[in-house]
Amino acid sequence: MEAKGFVHRYGDNVDTDVIIPARYLNTQNDKELASHCMEDIDRDFVHKVHPGDIMVAGENFGCGSSREHAPIAIKASGISCVIASTFARIFYRNAINIGLPILECPEASEKIQAGDEVSVNFDTGVITNITKSETYRALPFPAFIQNIIRAGGLMNSIRNRTEEKAE
Amino acid sequence: MGMTMTQKILAAHAGLDHVAAGQLINARLDMVLANDITGPVSINEFDKAGFDSVFDRSRVSLVMDHFTPNKDIKSAEQCKKCRTFARRFDLENFYDVGEMGIEHALLPEKGLVCAGEAIIGADSHTCTYGALGAFSTGVGSTDLAAGMATGEAWFKVPPAIRFNLTGQLSEFVSGKDVILHIIGLIGVDGALYKSMEFTGPGVASLSMEDRLCICNMAIEAGGKNGIFPVDDITKEYMKDRVSRPYTVYEADADAEYEQTYEINLSEIRPTVSFPHLPENTRTIDEVGNIPIDQVVIGSCTNGRLSDMKAAAEILKGKHVAKGLRAIIIPATQQVYKDSIHAGYIDIFLDAGCIVSTPTCGPCLGGHMGILAAGERCVATTNRNFVGRMGDTTSEVYLASPAVAAASAVAGKISGPERSR
Repeated sequence: MEAKGFVHRYGDNVDTDVIIPARYLNTQNDKELASHCMEDIDRDFVHKVHPGDIMVAGENFGCGSSREHAPIAIKASGISCVIASTFARIFYRNAINIGLPILECPEASEKIQAGDEVSVNFDTGVITNITKSETYRALPFPAFIQNIIRAGGLMNSIRNRTEEKAE
Repeated sequence: MGMTMTQKILAAHAGLDHVAAGQLINARLDMVLANDITGPVSINEFDKAGFDSVFDRSRVSLVMDHFTPNKDIKSAEQCKKCRTFARRFDLENFYDVGEMGIEHALLPEKGLVCAGEAIIGADSHTCTYGALGAFSTGVGSTDLAAGMATGEAWFKVPPAIRFNLTGQLSEFVSGKDVILHIIGLIGVDGALYKSMEFTGPGVASLSMEDRLCICNMAIEAGGKNGIFPVDDITKEYMKDRVSRPYTVYEADADAEYEQTYEINLSEIRPTVSFPHLPENTRTIDEVGNIPIDQVVIGSCTNGRLSDMKAAAEILKGKHVAKGLRAIIIPATQQVYKDSIHAGYIDIFLDAGCIVSTPTCGPCLGGHMGILAAGERCVATTNRNFVGRMGDTTSEVYLASPAVAAASAVAGKISGPERSR
């Protein structure tokens, strides 16, 4: 599996309130949530994002509220992958559970700039910065989490497990 | 190697004799919780996966607290979805307007969570219940949907940071000042993925409401959970609330901590977090001259009876500054009622404050006190991110109820000592 696109770059401690402000949490519709994604720190994001684009940020991405609407909004905006130095723990779980690919890679977070064209190979964890002709290696997911990703999210993996038990 | 208190609770719930930091486990859950924002997303996931039963109708709590009483039609639809789900599975703990309170004040008050239990909630401040000696942490809606269906969740066993508390709090200093001080010390990701375990002789001097407030904001340091040992104060709190047997866990003497911070409670001053991160703390002595437009006293962090008392003691016989809006929100119906009987509500109304029915409302910029461009608010809430309470140019300063009340009177950020 691979992702390729242009980079939208943000700093440290991007919280879920700016990813999707609470005033829009009266809906569960992913497209509606996506139309307000990043609104409070980057009003232009929704106009400039293209399907496949990649979001890169610093430390503690997705801190704050547990709202799953945050990774849902990012995914529905067309972003194919989020790369950060570190992720806040609830966001990390939520992204995996809903099938938004995320990668922890301090080196990529440091070196990738806004507008760079980047490709990501999820099988190897290799991130290629096409613009700068550099490669970075992301930390691999533990096998347990890879299983959730392979099943297509948490609910599917639990259903598979339940069915296995029944057989 | 010994285990921390958190690790012992997780081991017991995973059916294991021993766990170590970094280990992935599947744990049995004693309670799962969602609200009117996260609940609907959970219900969608639950339905999509085709589940037709919850694991235990007495162990699923749904609390309608964020956008209630409903602020608009879409919010009403979200509550309706939760209400329908609760009826479908005959949930014992569905709390609607009239019975609800802010979830993290309500569940401990009703004895729905207690020492030794493992709890997840689709709300980041679910870490509050660590104050009772429970393992409790926030998750997203999909994890919660899985929890509702199976009564289990997966966890990576966390390493821990220890906060050794000594001394005792000075007058006008509360649990809120302790946790703001700690977040200022270690930063908003200082405890990322880790347990924050509070220990030491200073614990005995902290009331249960101080402890609930401290654990509530563990997430603001990135923590997976915050936890206090169980002592006489905990047992006294649970005595009339919890009738089921509970287990008291203690950290092993040789438990491993990545780090230990020494916190002398006697030295902590009233503390304020400046915009736009909870780690931007200053003591009240360093705040300078910051005029304010609004004060909010309430939330899952500071909407309990002792918070109402602290505010009432400052506001008694005084009036809020001209042009300032002061919004007071008791966190539960019980806190509201107790505040009426104690005379606090009269004090608030006479001082020119308004008093609202329980709601998360302004804390997350939902309703009941949204800020216009450039406005400043001192709030006893838990987050001061960009746009959290309104316009992106508005500012939220986090503080204790005593500081918030004193600031309401002064019309600028002000220490409670001066209000005498």
